[in-house]
Amino acid sequence: MTTDMTLDAPRTPHARTKRGINWEKWGWIYMRVSGVLLVVLIFGHLFVNLMVGEGINRIDFAFVAGKLADPFWIVYDLLLLWLALIHGTNGMRTIVNDYVANARVRRILHIALLASTAVLLVLGTLVLTTFDPCPAGADPELVASFCEDIL
Amino acid sequence: MATAPAAEVGAVQEFTVTVIVRRFDPEVDAEPYWQDFDVPMYSTDRVLDALHKIKWEQDGTLSFRRSCAHGICGSDAMRINGRNRLACKTLIKDLDITKPIYIEAIKGLPLEKDLIVDMEPFFASYRQVQPFLQASSKPEKERLQSIEERARFDDTTKCILCAACTSSCPVFWTDGQYFGPAAIVNAHRFIFDSRDEAAQVRLDILNDKEGVWRCRTTFNCSEACPRGIEVTKAISEVKAAILRGKP
Ligand code: SF4
Ligand code: FES
Repeated sequence: MTTDMTLDAPRTPHARTKRGINWEKWGWIYMRVSGVLLVVLIFGHLFVNLMVGEGINRIDFAFVAGKLADPFWIVYDLLLLWLALIHGTNGMRTIVNDYVANARVRRILHIALLASTAVLLVLGTLVLTTFDPCPAGADPELVASFCEDIL
Repeated sequence: MATAPAAEVGAVQEFTVTVIVRRFDPEVDAEPYWQDFDVPMYSTDRVLDALHKIKWEQDGTLSFRRSCAHGICGSDAMRINGRNRLACKTLIKDLDITKPIYIEAIKGLPLEKDLIVDMEPFFASYRQVQPFLQASSKPEKERLQSIEERARFDDTTKCILCAACTSSCPVFWTDGQYFGPAAIVNAHRFIFDSRDEAAQVRLDILNDKEGVWRCRTTFNCSEACPRGIEVTKAISEVKAAILRGKP
């Protein structure tokens, strides 16, 4: 058997490799931290949307518009969006690393993942921050109650 | 088998077990194939005895590694009914012998012949974590250690380097680049040893792209370890030590 192993002289200290940011380590930490936050955020989201008051029957355009007129829910949903999407993408990246042996295919999938995540993040952020709860000329029956003052 | 005469009270009953072995001879076969053998066995026998009977009485070409036959040398880890076990520690009575017993080589390492794999990649990553004591002090007598300090890494001293853990790890199967549980277990053994001074070096080595962060906590390693080492726990302790920056 051939070995291309070269032995260091005895007692040579291990050369500390400087590589800038350790992505694998931060990725691992991110998955744990975002995971914990997401459990709280997701159950909070489900509880408010499905359990409080009349529950699911309440959900219509006016309900969503009402929520998105409140800065608290905008920040809440933004956090949910960014944490969950990046969490999911990092998970997919790990799966790609595990199952795709071909370096080119791997690269293509990574780029596709990155691109789709970026697009979704931009779109989602746009919707959340530029949402107009009282579109001009809308049927007052369908929009949130506070729109009356504006329309 | 004929019923044993009454005189043989307490005699161990003999029965026939079907053993299906995944064979491969690189000089003849393009692909591995399964071959079955009917082996007369006693319930006190181990899987290793079945392999011996096949090799000694039926087919001398069957190749496998074993040395101590008592669970301490670590040479006969293999996949028995889909689980990584030592053949010398797996009793026939613990398996369901109404069905055949499937035996194949451990996965993730290059197959050489029948049940023998090339262990070199496994030992290469073992060597990389510097599994030896590094201490600069030169005491007159032995280096003293309290009972608690010794207990800190007691679990990981038990490793026999059988590779059952590493070759049961789905992350290791993917590309074989991951250090693997066994290397981390043996790094753990020195990282948490109060007499050793190179913990930082080993933590640095394992804080690598192919280091502890690839562990997905699937617990296959803990389930496979014939020494009962809590492998996944050891890996988590190394992760925590890296985050803390010290053991
Ligand atoms: S940790 Fe257990 S399974 Fe892994 S090599 Fe050591 S003895 Fe074998
Ligand atoms: S033959 Fe030594 S451990 Fe099984």
